[in-house]
Amino acid sequence: MIQLKVNGSAKKFDGDPEMPLLWYLRDVLDYTGTKFGCGAGLCGACTVHVNGEATRSCVTSMRDAAGKEITTIEGLGAKSEHPLQAAWKQCNVSQCGYCQSGQIMQAAALLKAKPKPTNADIDTAMQGNICRCGTYQRIRQAIQIAAGVKA
Amino acid sequence: MTHIEKVSRRGFLGSAIGAGALVLGVGVESAEAATTAWSPSVYLGLEPNGTAVIVAHRSEMGTGIRSVLPMVVADELEADWQKVRVQQAVGDTKYGSQNTDGSCSIRDFYDAMREAGATARLMLEQAAAKKWNVPAVECKGQNHFVVHAKSGKKAAYGELVKIAATLPVPKKGDLRLKPESEFRYIGKELPTIDQADHTRGAGRFGIDARMPGMLYASIERPPVLGAKLRSFDDSAVKGVKGVVQTSTIPGFKPPHLFQALGGVAVLADSTWSAAQGRKKLKVEWDLGPNGAFDSAREKAEILAKIKQPGKVVRNEGDVDKVFAGASRIHEASYYVPLLSHAPMEPPAAVAEWRDGKVVTYAATQNPQAVQEAVAGAMGIKKEDVTCHVTLLGGGFGRKSKPDYVCEAAILSKQVGKPVKVVWSREDDIKFDFYHANAGMYMKAALDDKGRPTAWLHRSAFPSIGSTFDAAAEYAMELEMGMGWVDLPYAIANHRAENLPHKNHVRIGWMRAVAHIYHAFAIHSFVDELAAAANRDRVEYILDLLGPDRQVPIQPVGMKYWNNDQGQDKFPVDTARLKRVLEVAAEKSGWANKKPGKGRALGVAAHRSFLTYVAAVVEVEVDDRGRLTIPRVDVAVDAGQIISPERARSQVEGAAVFGTSLAMMGEITAADGRIVQSNFNNYPVARIQEAPRVTHVHLVPSKAPAAGIGEPGVPPIAPAITSAIFAATGKRIRELPVRKTKLV
Ligand code: FES
Ligand code: FES
Repeated sequence: MIQLKVNGSAKKFDGDPEMPLLWYLRDVLDYTGTKFGCGAGLCGACTVHVNGEATRSCVTSMRDAAGKEITTIEGLGAKSEHPLQAAWKQCNVSQCGYCQSGQIMQAAALLKAKPKPTNADIDTAMQGNICRCGTYQRIRQAIQIAAGVKA
Repeated sequence: MTHIEKVSRRGFLGSAIGAGALVLGVGVESAEAATTAWSPSVYLGLEPNGTAVIVAHRSEMGTGIRSVLPMVVADELEADWQKVRVQQAVGDTKYGSQNTDGSCSIRDFYDAMREAGATARLMLEQAAAKKWNVPAVECKGQNHFVVHAKSGKKAAYGELVKIAATLPVPKKGDLRLKPESEFRYIGKELPTIDQADHTRGAGRFGIDARMPGMLYASIERPPVLGAKLRSFDDSAVKGVKGVVQTSTIPGFKPPHLFQALGGVAVLADSTWSAAQGRKKLKVEWDLGPNGAFDSAREKAEILAKIKQPGKVVRNEGDVDKVFAGASRIHEASYYVPLLSHAPMEPPAAVAEWRDGKVVTYAATQNPQAVQEAVAGAMGIKKEDVTCHVTLLGGGFGRKSKPDYVCEAAILSKQVGKPVKVVWSREDDIKFDFYHANAGMYMKAALDDKGRPTAWLHRSAFPSIGSTFDAAAEYAMELEMGMGWVDLPYAIANHRAENLPHKNHVRIGWMRAVAHIYHAFAIHSFVDELAAAANRDRVEYILDLLGPDRQVPIQPVGMKYWNNDQGQDKFPVDTARLKRVLEVAAEKSGWANKKPGKGRALGVAAHRSFLTYVAAVVEVEVDDRGRLTIPRVDVAVDAGQIISPERARSQVEGAAVFGTSLAMMGEITAADGRIVQSNFNNYPVARIQEAPRVTHVHLVPSKAPAAGIGEPGVPPIAPAITSAIFAATGKRIRELPVRKTKLV
C-alpha cells in the first residue's frame, strides 16, 4: 500500500506501483489539471511539485511518490491565488491553455528558488515546458510581473 | 456570401419561438436553462433571471473564438458581459458550419452574430414598449436594461423575457445594428472567458472527458498506410493488471477519409494499464505497397520531377520566349519536408454506443464531421450521433479529422461500455494526417536592374485530395490558390506548373497549409534575386509588387479559390501588401539596422486567408552556428479586427509555429514507417528557441474581417532564412534549417 499526500490530503493507493503519478492523479483522483503531453519527460505538461520540487509526473512512478507531498495546479492557489496565477491573467497568457498548468507549476518552483530571476534563469527553468501555441513571450512577461522584475 | 445568408436564415426564421422555446444545442450544464429560457435565435437565449446564454458553435482550440463571437452577440444585444454565460454547442447543422478551420470564424459569422444580438435587443425593446404602452422606437436597450428616456422608465432584460417571448421575430430589414461608435466589446481589449480556468487547471479538454463505467483504450495501428492485419497474439496481454479485453478495429476502405485506421485495441481500467497491455501485443501486418515508402528517395524523386514541365495552372505572356532570349537567368529548387501538427493535447475522445446511437465528448474542430464520420462507421444516421465539444489543447487542423472519435465509438459498441481513446504522443506523430512535403522549382529571367521579366514556378507535392480520392495526384484548387497561382507580382510573363505526385501517408491540412511551402519558395527566391541585384530587399519587393492595384487572378483550368470568397469583396490588393511591408520595415527599424557580423534582419510579405502580413525577423548566429531570434516585427492587415488582444496573441503564436517548422520540424519515413516518435526527435520551438519578442502591428483597415489564426505563419520561415543569408551568407533552400551548418 502506497501512502502519499496530494494537495494536503492523505491518500492510499494499492494499484501497480509502476504506474506514473500522472495517471494516478488523472485517472484515479480525477485531478485533470495536470496534463499529458509526451509521457517521456520531454514537454513539461505534467509538471507537479513533489516535496516542493518541480517534477515530471509522467516519469515519476507511484513507488517513487510514496511518502511524498504532491502539489498539483489544483492545490497551488487553493488558499489564496498565487502571484503567478494573477500575472497569467493580467497578461492573457493562455491560448489553448493545455500546457499552462505545467508552465505555472514550473514557474512557481523557479520563483521559490530564485525570487528575482534573470532572463537566462527563466530560459533555463522553463526550457523543458513546451507551448505549441507559442505563448512563451507572455509566459516570460508574466513571470517577470509576478517576480516584480523588469523585462 | 451564400454561406452567411444560409446561416442567418436558419438562425432567425427557423427558431422555435412559442413552441417550448428552448435554448438549443446546449451542453450538460444547461439542462436547467433549457427549460426556462427564451430563445430568439439558435445562438442566443435569455433566462428570466436576465442571464444571457450565448451559444459558442465554433471550437475553442486557443484562438479565443468561443469568447470573441459571443462578445459580438453581447455587443449588439447591449448585454452586460458579466451577465453572459457562454455555452458550447453540440454538433448540429442548424448552426451553419462548425468546421473551425481555415481562419474563417469571424469572416463567416460576424454578421450572423450581430444579427442574433440585434434581434434579441429589438424584441426586448418592443416588449418594454408593450409593457409601458409607448412607441418601440423610444425604447433603447442599454447594458442589460431597456430604458425609456422620456418617462425615465427602466426595466432589466430579465423582466422583459416573458413578454418578448410572445412577440414575432423581427425581419432582418427591421434590425438596427449599432454604429461603430457605440461598440462595447467589438474592437476592445477584453480577456477571454477561459483565462482564469487555465490558471487553475480547471478547463476540461477532450483528454479530461469521462463517462461512467468507461474503459480506456490503447490501440496498435497499422504501421504503414493501408497495411492489413495478418494475425495477432494477445495471450500475454491478458495477464497485465487492469486489462479487461482486446478488440480489433477493421481497416478502412479507400479512400481513407476520416475513417479509423484500424488495428488492435487493448481496453483496460486506466490509461496506464491499457498502454502496458499494448506493449505485450504481438501483431503481424501485411504492409502493402506503402511498405516500400522511403522519404529520402521520395525527396530525390520530387526534386528531379520539378525539373520537367508539368500541367500549366497559370500562364500569362510567354515565359519560354523570354527565357530563350534572356541574358540573365536565375533558378533554384526548394524543399519542405513532411510535418506533423503535434498539438499539445493529442487526439482524444470518449464515446458511448447505446441503443443504436452514439454520444461522444471529443476534442474536435468539427463536430458535424464527427457526426458524419461516426455515423458512417456505425451504419447509423448522423442525427443519431451527439457530439459534445470539449476544449481543445491545440488543433492546428489535426482535430478537424475525427478518426480518433470513430475509434472510440467502434470500440464502445464492441465492448458494450463507453470507451475513452487517448493517443500517445508516439501515436500522434506516427499516425498523423501530415502536412505535405513539397518541392518547388523557380526560374526567372532578369533585366539589367535584376528585375524579373519572366517567372516560372513549378510545384510537386502529395495532395490533400488523396484523403478523399485515393488516386488523386494533382493539387486541389485550394492548394494551388494558397499563395501560388495568386502571386500578385507585376511580371508580364508568368507561368505556374503542377507535377503529379502520389501520397504514401495520410496528407492533411496544417495551420496555413499550402501557403507554408509556397511562401518559403517564393520569398526565398525573391530574396535571392534581390541579393543578386544587390538591391535593398524591402525596396525590391515593393518594386515587384508594382503599382497599387487589385490584381485579377485568373489561373488556368480552374477558378481561383480565394478562400471561397469573391474577388470583388476580397480582391488581391497590392496596396495592402505594400502597406504592411512598409509598416513592418518602419517598426523594425529596417532602414537603420544594417547587417553586422552574425546578426541581421530578414523579411517576407505574404497574403493568406485574405489577410496581408509582412514579417521582419532579426536573427543572431553565434560563432558556433547557434541561432537565436531576438525580435520579430509583424505587420498585419486582416481587415476589421474584432478582438485586437486575441489577434495579437494569434500572430505571436504563429511566429513561434513558423519558427518551429523553419528551424526544426521534419517527418521522415523508412520502410514505410514514420521515423519520428516524440518531442525528442520531432522537436518544436522551446522558450529559448522561439522569438524572444514578437511585436504585432495591426494596421487599421476598412476592409471586411478576414482571417487571423493562420496568416502569421507563412512569412516566418522565408524571413528567417532571409536573415540567415544576410547574417552569414548561407543560402538555405531546404527546411528545416537545422540540417544546414550555419558556420
Ligand atoms: S507529459 Fe510529462 S513531460 Fe511531457
Ligand atoms: S497554450 Fe496551447 S500549448 Fe500552451
